[in-house]
Amino acid sequence: MATATTFITRGRRVVSSISRRRFSSSCQNAIQQQQQEKSQPGGGKSLNLYSAINQALHIALETDSRAYVFGEDVSFGGVFRCTTGLADRFGKSRVFNTPLCEQKARKFHIKFCFMQGIVGFGIGLAAMGNRAIAEIQFADYIFPAFDQIVNEAAKFRYRSGNQFNCGGLTIRAPYGAVGHGGHYHSQSPEAFFCHVPGIKVVIPRSPRQAKGLLLSCIRDPNPVVFFEPKWLYRLSVEEVPEDDYMLPLSEAEVIREGSDITLVGWGAQLSIMEQACIDAEKSPTLVALQEGISCELIDLKTLIPWDKETVEVSVKKTGRLLISHEAPVTGGFGAEIAASILDRCFLRLEAPVARVCGLDTPFPLVFEPFYMPTKNKILDAIKSTVNY
Amino acid sequence: MATIWLRRSRTIAQSLKHKYGLTGILGLEGCNSFQNLHASSPSSTNHDRHLLVSTYKYSTTIVSDKRLKSTVALKHLDSTAFASDSDDEQALDFPGGMVSYTSEMQFISESQEKRIPCYRVLDDNGEIINGSDLELVSKEVAVKMYNDMVTLQMMDNIFYEAQRQGRISFYLTSMGEEAISIASAAALSTEDYILPQYREPGVLLWRGFTIQEFANQLFGNKADYGKGRQMPIHYGSNKLNYITISSPIATQLPQAVGVAYSLKMDKKDACVVTYTGDGGTSEGDFHAALNFAAVTDAPVVFICRNNGWAISTNVSEQFRSDGVVVKGQAYGVRSIRVDGNDALAVYSAIHSARKTAISEERPVLVEALTYRVGHHSTSDDSTKYRPVDEIEYWKSARNPVNRFRNWVESNGWWSDTEETELRSSLKKQLLQAIQAAEKTEKPPVSDLFSDVYDVTPSNLREQENQLRETINKYPQDYPSDVPV
Ligand SMILES: Cc1ncc(C[n+]2csc(CCOP(=O)(O)OP(=O)(O)O)c2C)c(N)n1
Ligand SMILES: [Mg+2]
Repeated sequence: MATATTFITRGRRVVSSISRRRFSSSCQNAIQQQQQEKSQPGGGKSLNLYSAINQALHIALETDSRAYVFGEDVSFGGVFRCTTGLADRFGKSRVFNTPLCEQKARKFHIKFCFMQGIVGFGIGLAAMGNRAIAEIQFADYIFPAFDQIVNEAAKFRYRSGNQFNCGGLTIRAPYGAVGHGGHYHSQSPEAFFCHVPGIKVVIPRSPRQAKGLLLSCIRDPNPVVFFEPKWLYRLSVEEVPEDDYMLPLSEAEVIREGSDITLVGWGAQLSIMEQACIDAEKSPTLVALQEGISCELIDLKTLIPWDKETVEVSVKKTGRLLISHEAPVTGGFGAEIAASILDRCFLRLEAPVARVCGLDTPFPLVFEPFYMPTKNKILDAIKSTVNY
Repeated sequence: MATIWLRRSRTIAQSLKHKYGLTGILGLEGCNSFQNLHASSPSSTNHDRHLLVSTYKYSTTIVSDKRLKSTVALKHLDSTAFASDSDDEQALDFPGGMVSYTSEMQFISESQEKRIPCYRVLDDNGEIINGSDLELVSKEVAVKMYNDMVTLQMMDNIFYEAQRQGRISFYLTSMGEEAISIASAAALSTEDYILPQYREPGVLLWRGFTIQEFANQLFGNKADYGKGRQMPIHYGSNKLNYITISSPIATQLPQAVGVAYSLKMDKKDACVVTYTGDGGTSEGDFHAALNFAAVTDAPVVFICRNNGWAISTNVSEQFRSDGVVVKGQAYGVRSIRVDGNDALAVYSAIHSARKTAISEERPVLVEALTYRVGHHSTSDDSTKYRPVDEIEYWKSARNPVNRFRNWVESNGWWSDTEETELRSSLKKQLLQAIQAAEKTEKPPVSDLFSDVYDVTPSNLREQENQLRETINKYPQDYPSDVPV
């Protein structure tokens, strides 16, 4: 729609809509909590998520003269401010939403709205050995580019017998709920892309993660789709090292240790899950009478190719698994995780794998609080899984 | 294509054969089919071409209070091109008609020397320019047009303010573009279908969508026809043949062709009007739609509001062509450029386009030059990327509502007292509508699950039951204004 810029000036509005809806305020608490726990001292400057991404893009352009950033409205900073300052610093021939005719003999024509154009152009650029960093304004608008991603980018290497590749391509797109986004500014389309061998799908949970993972994606020799949790662009703040660092892809991280149940998630949903873990710890159950339920929380980070081993080791220890994502439950990536872990841990499982996800409806505006996999839905599922 | 050359010139064929051993490559089938085509006689093709040309010389009877004149469409095809030249060795009989040969290697220029002119009727002061082609507008229609333009302005001011106060989550104005949606709507019949982008609430207004109905959508209450599922400004009305807006840009354009085709098959005396912005024309769907419309002879009018900006992207960065109007010809679609801030010109052009679309069964592309005076939406601050005096110029000097008012007033159809009364009555209505919409409860939780399919499948029934249990258990997690 209409609102590409909907969320620019909305930091405050997000917070206010959160406090109107209690479910969301728990999310906000969780984020703050997470920030306190995760930020290590001396780790650098305190940054929000969009600034961390901005920093990563600066570094990417700085360290590789063959890196380009382009997409809708990126030259004035992008609707979420992620590309602020890049065009001024690196020039309109490397950061653009437009043809940059005045400056160079070689002209890049990128039409602003042409999603298939953006990705197709990026593939070509990447195929010539450049780092092409494309921004799609909202993950909801990535679908016109689906053909380019699925049939072209993902198979570029394979179909040429590795004579050609477009590994320098990274597609960034803000995804997920934001409190008032309705159908077309809220979706989590990651599962579609996880069904496509040849691309990687990565989703960060926080500013520090975002910077390190994005730099890895940009420098990874494979095309990557990098979904950014737009709810956290301003809300999530933590210390982010100022230097150039990368976090490994396809490595999950145990962000909270526990012994009764394993929870697996990614992106913005982790903060909700973490809150549920904290509450579960306070609930005594049949199994763990005194201590409450001890939950292990895993951030998958890379959805394909994903780190089964970390999840497997954890589930073998806890005997229980819960997966949570905002996307509709049916056909979501949670289903794949459940099937794989069932395969590997069948005899160790003490309860069916639980999934707490979005409903099988389009993403609804006024019903958003009902649609969402809230903390209390997760908490109930933790309890019923542990008490199974 | 190699077959063409083979058929046309034996010498070339021979040399190709020598060079590339083409006989082995060219399938016999290819040669034959081309010969058949050629056998269908060049003269008949020429004849068809003449027929085609004569249909271009249509004339519309236009009544004007200043002058009567018929409009002649641009002649796209030169009727004399093949008349004297029947030597088939000199021309290529190719599907679609004869193509003449030339030994001059001349590339078609990327642009015409002069930009396509912009059709207007009212000058900057709202006076009819002598000798204008125009469709007469009655007092009744003119006054309603003006009324609705003012209503749209007032709606935009007050709803925008309501968003600023945090009462609605989002809003987007039509400021500066009031003439396009209102005047085009006025030139249509309510039987015509509308597939809008999102900056055309004026069409709904013209068709009788009430201020309360607008407010209900903006507040997503239970009276919203969209059941609170979409963001504000995503209006739609089955009753008014206005298909519900969706956010993704340009997707409505090929759909409009399908709707138009259906109207044609049903022999309806109606067409489809679909709107897009300048940004929308960069989407693949725009191009697919024009081509499809031309090929299916669909009665559809494409109106592109070229308002200079697509969020922060200026049209100079959007395309290198002379705007949008020139794209029509490449697809075989008749096109016109109009001054989008001249309500009379828009009215006349759309009136004529509609007639063409229905009576000749063909698409028409209308590029309306205008300016997005407001920010893109409530989430945008356009002063970050465009000069304030540019906005000011379009807001005052080129204001479409003032221009039209001058004309209406000069006819003695409108006065200052009527103006004051209208504005104060609208203000009251708007504030009341906002209050009422705000008080009306939200749609019930059951509306979250309905309409995903015609009948709710079992997975959703199961999820609804689960959700109801959760709501009972944790009522504090859920907004109290949504009935369970
Ligand atoms: C496919 C798609 N890409 C991006 C967006 C985000 N977006 C919303 S409005 C808009 C600008 C459209 O500009 P234009 O077509 O000129 O219409 P205007 O806003 O000027 O009326 C964009 C890019 C979208 N809604 N859909
Ligand atoms: Mg525009």
